[in-house]
Amino acid sequence: MKIGSPAERASAESRVALTPESAKQLQKLGHECLIQKGAGAKAGFSDEDYKEAGVKVVSSAKALWDSSDVVVKVLGPENTEVKYLNKSKTLISFFWPAQNKSLLKEVNKTGATVLAMDMVPRISRAQKMDALSSMANIAGYRAVIEAGNNFGRFFTGQITAAGKVPPAKVLVIGAGVAGLAAIGTAQSLGAIVRAFDVRPEVAEQIESMGAEFLMLEFEEDGSGEGGYAKPASPEFIEKEMRLFREQAPEIDIVITTALIPGRPAPKLWPAEMVKLMKPGSVVVDLAAEQGGNCDLTKKDKIIESDNGVKIVGYTDFPSRMAAQSSTLYSTNIRHMLDDLTPEKNGVLNVNLDDDVIRGATVCHQGKVTFPPPPPKIQAIGKLDTIPKPVELTAEEKAALELEKERAIGRRQAGLLAIGSLFMLLIGVYAPASFMQHFIVFALSCFVGFQVIWNVSHALHTPLMAITNAISGIIIIGALLQLGSPSNFVGILAAISVLIATINIVGGFMVTRRMLAMFQKS
Amino acid sequence: MILSENIVTALYIAASVLFILSLGGLSGQESAKRAVWYGVVGMAIAVIGTIFSPAVTITSSLLPLLVVGAVIGGIVAMRVEMTGMPQLVAALHSFVGLAAVFIGINSDIVPPVGLAGAEKIIHEVEIFVGVFIGAITFTGSVVAYGKLSGVLDGKPLTLPGRNVLNVGMVLVSIFLGYLYMSHAGSWTLWVMTAIALVFGLHMVLAIGGADMPVVVSMLNSYSGWAAAATGFLLGNDLLIVTGALVGASGAILSYIMCKAMNRNFIAVIFGGWGTTTGPQMEVEGEMIATDVAAVSSDLKEANDIIIVPGYGMAVAQAQSAVSELTRRLRGMGKRVRFAIHPVAGRLPGHMNVLLAEAKVPYDIVLEMDEINDDFQDADMVIILGANDIVNPAAQEDPNSPIAGMPVLEVWKARQVVISKRGQGRGYSGIENPLFFRDNSRMLYGDAKSSLDQLISLF
Repeated sequence: MKIGSPAERASAESRVALTPESAKQLQKLGHECLIQKGAGAKAGFSDEDYKEAGVKVVSSAKALWDSSDVVVKVLGPENTEVKYLNKSKTLISFFWPAQNKSLLKEVNKTGATVLAMDMVPRISRAQKMDALSSMANIAGYRAVIEAGNNFGRFFTGQITAAGKVPPAKVLVIGAGVAGLAAIGTAQSLGAIVRAFDVRPEVAEQIESMGAEFLMLEFEEDGSGEGGYAKPASPEFIEKEMRLFREQAPEIDIVITTALIPGRPAPKLWPAEMVKLMKPGSVVVDLAAEQGGNCDLTKKDKIIESDNGVKIVGYTDFPSRMAAQSSTLYSTNIRHMLDDLTPEKNGVLNVNLDDDVIRGATVCHQGKVTFPPPPPKIQAIGKLDTIPKPVELTAEEKAALELEKERAIGRRQAGLLAIGSLFMLLIGVYAPASFMQHFIVFALSCFVGFQVIWNVSHALHTPLMAITNAISGIIIIGALLQLGSPSNFVGILAAISVLIATINIVGGFMVTRRMLAMFQKS
Repeated sequence: MILSENIVTALYIAASVLFILSLGGLSGQESAKRAVWYGVVGMAIAVIGTIFSPAVTITSSLLPLLVVGAVIGGIVAMRVEMTGMPQLVAALHSFVGLAAVFIGINSDIVPPVGLAGAEKIIHEVEIFVGVFIGAITFTGSVVAYGKLSGVLDGKPLTLPGRNVLNVGMVLVSIFLGYLYMSHAGSWTLWVMTAIALVFGLHMVLAIGGADMPVVVSMLNSYSGWAAAATGFLLGNDLLIVTGALVGASGAILSYIMCKAMNRNFIAVIFGGWGTTTGPQMEVEGEMIATDVAAVSSDLKEANDIIIVPGYGMAVAQAQSAVSELTRRLRGMGKRVRFAIHPVAGRLPGHMNVLLAEAKVPYDIVLEMDEINDDFQDADMVIILGANDIVNPAAQEDPNSPIAGMPVLEVWKARQVVISKRGQGRGYSGIENPLFFRDNSRMLYGDAKSSLDQLISLF
């Protein structure tokens, strides 16, 4: 199949869906790759780079659409692009079918197959093609960078000759992929990071990134389907607002990432919160596309409130880091095509029985296949109700240990008593000559146990080999019987001498050989 | 020249001390090199002292026997591959067992003169016990040899009612022992020998391939006890001391191996996994395959790398390739270490010897307790032909057959690459959730050829 990637028509879009690296991988699947002239320029990939990777560079958009079987793009098709589609073509791009119903209808009329990257179900198997996550990751990172750009102070606290600088306090609302990325970035810049989410099960993830989870004492689980949050009840929102009101005066930077699928963004940071913040503080609203989490957000703009708080409403964070986002997006696309060409023979197979492909396909063979059946697996496992083991206090631990020691002591005393009794019993019946040997035996066992415990684990094989050798000491027994008058006894003894010698010589030599191999670096 | 009894005893004391020093010297790699010589000198003193003792009649056949035995032993020791060490150890155990049987039977045919009453009965008990342990050691080791060298199938043989069979054989042997001591005749000894041979055979046949470390250590222990029993029946203290040392050594090794598998010694010997109480956890997710090129670029970025070898490395003969890769990675200034689980391989310490043979420096080869806390800081873990010893189910799934077994916590590393031949399960047939983790990547194919390709990229 010929896979082509046109230049994005939107002037603000710098990303590209095919990179030289992803093209190389696609060629391994048996596909041919094409790119429109200059399509990668804004993301830092020159036409020469593509040519070197074996990609055919096509001069115009029309030529590219005409000669490609599969078109990969970042943004959904514009009207002019829809005209290029027909039933032999497959389009893979972001599409947002729920928001673009009329576009979907129009595209479906052409008979083309469309896979929407934003519809890839959020299950672990599909993570490698989850473009929303990879873009959200970039957005979260960039949000912190943009905040820093508009923030007049350090993130990290410092004590300098010119005075002490307090660390910046960052609040991240919504701990999805973008939120977690923002937490990580702010954390590594040295800020004090707090985070809030309505889903209690993400607390662990927040804490693992090094941020403090702001706990809300409330009996409501906010997790909805597919790893997203669901709308909250009014009582819940009231509690949430009270928490935010407490935080707002302290916080220097707020990054909001709260989205609920198919709804306008919830207003979590209303104008009253902005009023509570210190001048010079920054709010970065990652939900600006869906109307924003803050009342004052203006899409694609930075505004300053009356009390000097800057509110960043950009919607193109990934595009602002086009080189990075193109690399990740093209890899997501590549994985999608990987799943679409299971035989690696360059033939596309849109298998609607596959959950992932079914979820992403929005129209196929003239039929609208959106919305797909709901995903079956919850993206993040809910918190189990298994109670955690009770933490013991120091005294309890000490008592437990003492008890353990005592138990060991009791056991040892018991064993010794049984042992002595056994010895006595033998002593009563056995002759003196036996007891003499027995004392040697018992002491040797003890010596053996003491000595062998110190043997290094790494030398266990040499240990076995050397014990092989010294157990050849049985040769002594055979030697004593060798001169027996009975022929039969003599022969058995001779065989014993022979094999015991093999043991002794073989055992020692192989041990020496092994030990000589152990070298220090 | 004939030495007096007292001189011989003095020589035996010297030999005993040297043997103890020899085993004690194995506490460290450098002192171990000296320790072998203690053992050799001890053995020389013991054998020469015995040959010239008043109790031995020197025959003309003695020298040829010693020379032939020495030559065979020498050739075997020079030729053996380090991957073949488990077989060699098993074979040498069988020799000790066989010699113990022969000496016991000889002692029955030509009993020492002047024994009466309790002394005679004790002597008969000693013969009986010595032959019993010797016979089990002999056939058990032969079967272990067969399984380890691949002549016999590694799968456990599970006869119906096998426990009843085992108990029955032991009971019959004890009864025969009673008859023997009531002077029912030598036939009881012969019949018991046959039963003990079958017992040893059946016991090891019932044990699977991955339990071999326990079996080999156990046979090691038995060979020691067999020597000690022989010492009792001959009234020879040196044999008793040495046998007890070897017996204790094998017993400790068996204990360590069982502990490392979180299994009861009895359960291992009598076969079968412990009973589980419920269904095992469902494994979610997908095994994600990777290729050599991707692994090499990840390795180039990693700074802290831990390699976990398992029996698969020995099977694929991949140890030299691993060593070469390690050398190159270390040459690039990376920290490379090896993590060895106590039961990796088919013999205690097997992996250490293989890596030493391939010239991996021993100070970067660490045991489980030393390295388990470091996995969380590792950039990359490479698993070569290991499965159960890195299975997170041991910690996370109380219903797993290996629940509670100490395992290497490789999944805490940033990335885990598993070199594996195919998608199948490990020896124990337990699903390994590690392979389905997000940070796990499967590198399918023969370990050696994968590593050779990797090396060519460095």
